Order: sequence, then structure tokens, then C-alpha cells
Amino acid sequence: MSETFAPVALAEARPASVVTEGRWIRWLLIAVAILFLALFLVLPLLTVFAQAFAKGVEAYLAAFTEADAHAAIRLTLLTAAIAVPFNLVFGIMASWAIAKFEFWGKNLLVTLIDLPFSVSPVVSGLIYVLVFGAQGLLGPWLLDHDVQIIFAVPGIVLATIFVTFPFVARQLIPLMQEQGTAEEEAALTLGASGWHAFRTVTLPNIRWGLLYSVLLCNARAMGEFGAVSVVSGHIRGLTNTLPLHVEILYNEYNFVAAFAVASLLAGLALVTLCVKSVLEWRYADEIAAGARGH
Amino acid sequence: MAPPPRANPPTRAKRRFLRPSVIPGFGLAFGYTLTCLGLIVLLPLAALVTRASGLGLSGIWEVATDPRVASALRVSFGVSLLAALTASVFGFLIAWVLTRYRFPGRKIVDAVVDLPFALPTAVAGIALAALYAPNGLVGAQLARIGIEAAYTPVGIYIAMVFIGLPFAVRTVQPLIAEIDKEIEEASATLGAGRVHTLVRVVLPPLIPAVLTGFALAFARGVGEYGSIIFIAGNLPYVSEIAPLLIVIKLSEYDYGGACAIATLMLGISFLTLLAINLIQAWSRRRFGYV
Repeated sequence: MSETFAPVALAEARPASVVTEGRWIRWLLIAVAILFLALFLVLPLLTVFAQAFAKGVEAYLAAFTEADAHAAIRLTLLTAAIAVPFNLVFGIMASWAIAKFEFWGKNLLVTLIDLPFSVSPVVSGLIYVLVFGAQGLLGPWLLDHDVQIIFAVPGIVLATIFVTFPFVARQLIPLMQEQGTAEEEAALTLGASGWHAFRTVTLPNIRWGLLYSVLLCNARAMGEFGAVSVVSGHIRGLTNTLPLHVEILYNEYNFVAAFAVASLLAGLALVTLCVKSVLEWRYADEIAAGARGH
Repeated sequence: MAPPPRANPPTRAKRRFLRPSVIPGFGLAFGYTLTCLGLIVLLPLAALVTRASGLGLSGIWEVATDPRVASALRVSFGVSLLAALTASVFGFLIAWVLTRYRFPGRKIVDAVVDLPFALPTAVAGIALAALYAPNGLVGAQLARIGIEAAYTPVGIYIAMVFIGLPFAVRTVQPLIAEIDKEIEEASATLGAGRVHTLVRVVLPPLIPAVLTGFALAFARGVGEYGSIIFIAGNLPYVSEIAPLLIVIKLSEYDYGGACAIATLMLGISFLTLLAINLIQAWSRRRFGYV
């Protein structure tokens, strides 16, 4: 009788499977992978905190008493507070149009929405200088009307919106396409208004995917450097975001302060990674279409 | 051959712009999407195209053949190629280990892969510079065996590997997870050794994904700015990258020069992606997989 249970146990205990590598090779490959990640990814992260606390806690905290640091934190929060909701609304609108309807030219539209991901951060900043800069398309008009966009906060916000533009949309489009339209159609047939159907049917279906994409969008918005650096003009206390403040401190050889401010951003990255991983482990199938790991 | 108007006889329904649906809100959502896309993305990009076409081919060629620009483009594209190769090889290995093997801490290692996506590039940049400087933790060891990492192209290479690695891992990982183990069993049953099975049965269908990851890492490396400029040293003709040269031209109010370099970068990146797409199309025909 015990034979009926044996195969499972045997399969587990069988030493050499034909669909995997030998034991030693397996452990060797695991070791190489972990060492590579430790050297190239984890070590730089640890360096940030090690350098920040190199001269003790007091020197670390002193970096945050500066007025410029406060201004940089405020500007970074303000930028993210505008860019993230903007892209959230855009992402929902775009994925509603693209996932729930069939229309001509849809693939082209999706490609165009993805475009900012394939443009270099520096070029992302450059194109806004070309539109709003002193020698730009709208430059003379803006000058006449005393509106400053480049080397001012609006330019920073615009550049940030550009680099984070696809985040929410590209997450939601495949998710909503996979979910189809049957549930919304049912709600509408039962007499719900379009807005009511969206709020009570669509939104609960996409909430985790939405949270996930907003999280990543926010991390990029707060951490963007290249694009913002081009349009900011680096005016201390006025147009410096946190990453730009880090650059200035570093170039002034004020390493402890540079790494202290950088440790804030690294902390944000760590929190983002943790929440992201937890979301992936718990709600994998509600975040992305055909979620990996199932 | 203009697209027919919306109110069409039903016989030509296939050619309508929008397939009829009971779901409301298409006009609002589509209009809002197009407006945002136009104002935020297309209009500024059009400004670049207009500027560049104003320079003409000869104007762009003149900038491209400027020795400093040519050298920066060579550094950006050359080093990115090497870095993307490295990222692809180790990215494949990491993706394989993460999907095929079970070991303690696997989920944490998996989460760590996304670190370069989450860590702001400037933070990564100063951390890498501190680490690989001649007196840094790794830089000192490298200096002992005669390798200068910081302030040379080697530093640029390290930063580009850092930034490209997650692309290489994440494009291959889902495909490795989908491999049908029965094919491997069949191969083994028919007498193939493990290496033979891997090289002849498992690897070929994964090639397009590896190439996609390679292309993404390469494109990212070419355009990357924040994580590179601190470790690169930015010596003209030696370790100056093309994006930095755009920033320099802009700070000199040389908009034309900046546009020419940006156009060249976009052009070469576009050709690379096109080549990769052609290779993918070929391998799709050859192996029948995506």
C-alpha cells in the first residue's frame, strides 16, 4: 500500500534530474549571480549610507539644517505632487480609451505614449529648452509676457512629467485589456452610469496595478536628474531639486552632506523596492497582465 | 483614400474609425489622451526635429565630424555596446538562477535586481564614483592590479552595466519561466547531454528576448547621464559622453550644436533598434517563438 505514495517522495529525493544542472554547477552559478549583484548593485547602495555617516551622526544631521536643503526637499515634493497626479489621470484616461475600445491607429498611439522611455534624459530636457528657452519657439513671446518656464519651476515640472509620462499608462493598458469589458457592460446594462461603472467596477479591478505604477512613477519623479538638470539652471534655493542639490554638494567636495542628502533618496528607493516587492508577492495577478511567477 | 466618416453604411463597418460599443466616455478619454500626448510629448519632440532640419544634413555632418563630438559619440556608443554585452551575459545568468533554482533569499535577490530602476541616477553616480575612486573600496583593489576605473572609460562601463542590468534580466526572466520542461526531458531521453540540451534546445528560443534586453540596455547606456558623469571624469577626447556634450553646448547657448548631437544620438539609436527588430523577425521565423 505504501507504494502508492512512494513516487512523490522518490521524485523529490531523486539526486540527478535530467532537466537541471549538477549540484555543484547549480551552487556555482547561484554564487556567481549573487556575487555579481552584490558587487555591482548592493555595494553602491551601502556606500551611500557608509559615506553619509563617515563623520558621525552629527555631521550627517547637519546636512539637513541648511536652508538650501529644505528648499530642495520642498521643490522635489512639489514637483512630484504635480507630476504624479497628472500622469495618474493621463494613464487612466489613456488606458480607458485604448483598453476598452477598438479604434484605428491604436498601436501607433501606444507606441507614441511609450516614446519618452526611449529618449535620453538630457534630450528630454533639451526639447523643452527648444520650445520655451530664450531662443526657443515660444521664447520671445514668453519674454514679452514675463513668463519664465526654463530655469524656473514650471520647466522642472514639465520635464518631470515628460520622463514619467508612460509609467501609469503602460502598466494599466495591458491589465485593462486582459480584464476586458464584460463587467462594465454588465454594470451599464443594469443601469449604472458610465462614471458609476468606472468607480465601482473598473477602479477596484485595477487598484493594485494603479498603486504599483504610481509608486514607480513617484520614485522616478523624485529622482530624475538628467532632464531636470538641463532645464533647472541650478539656482540654489530656487530651482534645485534633491538630486541637483546632491550634485552641487558633491562638486563642492562637501561629500558628507552630498551623501547625507543622497541617503534620503536612497531611502526612498529602498521603501519603493520593498512596497513594490510586497505588492508583487501578494497581488501578482492584479498588477500586471499575465503576471510573472503567477 | 481618406478614412471614411463615422456614419458609414454597415457594409463598410470594418473601415470605421471606432468600433461601436456600449461603453461610454471614448470621446473624453481619447481627446484628453491626444491633447496631453500632443502637448507634452509630440510638440517638444517636433521642436527638435524642426531645429535639426533647419541645420540640414551638412550642418549635422559638420557637428558630427568635429573631433570632440566624434570622440564623445564613439565613447558613448562603444562603451555602451560592451556594457550591454556584459549586462546581457550576467543578466541571463541571473535570470536563469532566479527562475530555475531554489535557494534561501531568492525573493530578496530578485527584488535587488530592480535597484537601478529605483535608485536615482545621481545617487548611483556619486556612490559609484566614491567606490571606484583610487582611494575607494573597490578602486584601491583595482589600482593594485593596475586598472584605473574612475575618471576613465572603465568607470563609464561600470556605470552603464549598473544601469543596464535590470533590462537584461527582466526581458529574459519571463521566457525562462515559460520553458516547457518536457522538451528538455525529451532531449535528454533521446540521449543529449545537459550541455547539448541547453545549447541546442533551451537557448535558441531565448535568443530574441536576450537581444531585446541587450538593445534596451544598450539604448539606456547611450542616453544615460546622471550615473555616469560623476565617475567618468569627463575628460574631452577620453571619457566625455555625448549627453554631457549636449549639456555643455546648451550652457554655451549653442542650441544648434546641441540639437545636432541629439539628432545623431536618436538616429544611431533608431538604426540599432531597427537592426535588433530585423534580427528578432528573423529568429521568429527561424524558431517560431517571439
